[in-house]
Amino acid sequence: MRVSKGIDPRGPRVGASITAVLLAAVVLLGASTAGLWLLTFIMLSFLLGTVRGAEGSWQGMLFKKFVRPRLGPPAEMEDRRPPRFAQGVGLFVTTVGVVLGVLGVLPAVPIAAAVAFVAAALNAVIGLCLGCEMYLLMRRAGLVRA
Amino acid sequence: MLGQVIALVVLVLGTAVLGVWWSARQGAVRAPRETSAGIDWAAAGVALTDRVTFVQFSAEVCAACRSTSRVLGGLTGSSSGIGHRELLVDDHLDLVRRLGVLRTPTVLVVDGGGNEVARMSGVVSDTQARQALSRVPTAVAEADGEGQS
Repeated sequence: MRVSKGIDPRGPRVGASITAVLLAAVVLLGASTAGLWLLTFIMLSFLLGTVRGAEGSWQGMLFKKFVRPRLGPPAEMEDRRPPRFAQGVGLFVTTVGVVLGVLGVLPAVPIAAAVAFVAAALNAVIGLCLGCEMYLLMRRAGLVRA
Repeated sequence: MLGQVIALVVLVLGTAVLGVWWSARQGAVRAPRETSAGIDWAAAGVALTDRVTFVQFSAEVCAACRSTSRVLGGLTGSSSGIGHRELLVDDHLDLVRRLGVLRTPTVLVVDGGGNEVARMSGVVSDTQARQALSRVPTAVAEADGEGQS
């Protein structure tokens, strides 16, 4: 198998923990305009992560600048595609929440945040990689190509 | 505000339950599926070992596949009766569909006759791999006979 250089797998996990805290705050803000603003900010963060990869998001850059220098080298590197895909899933979920919120369906804001929170928190705490779990299912469905 | 706090607590607890469930499933040795009956492994490009072969379905994007591959590779090194074949799902989508493989890594424990004896999905530990081998009567002696003649 081809072993690519990849990225430090701890980066996306640290990023996901920051995102999870922000999403929890949206849930606490509830169906409110403040929650909608915060979710919009998170959505834009996911957009950045989807375009540039998880390591290029502001959370990824915080990791590189402040966390990585304090850690030893990782045991192994990780392919950058699954974390980037996970950013795309986050972008989709938060966009649905933001669009519905803007259209006046404010309860959609904390609900979308809750869905994204589950994925972000599991990624942060136990390393569950949504992109990895969904890759084969999507290949089977013909939604992605190798 | 109380409503939102309760919602968050429920959300965190639900996430924790999901996390525990997911972690417990990682590499757990499960019963085989019926679907592997009649698979022509040789035609699919998988050369089976006489006694038992770990057939691992991997993907390039899958980090857990690499550690699983190391564990299984270590076991094959300990005995000539145990084989390890790693397939890229992208190259074997037909096999993936026929066998009902849903995620990577998925490891099928296949006996010399080409029958699936057990399967595991998610990161496989050395203990779990040995446990899976114990489903194949003749393979146990092989794995335990490390270093003996």
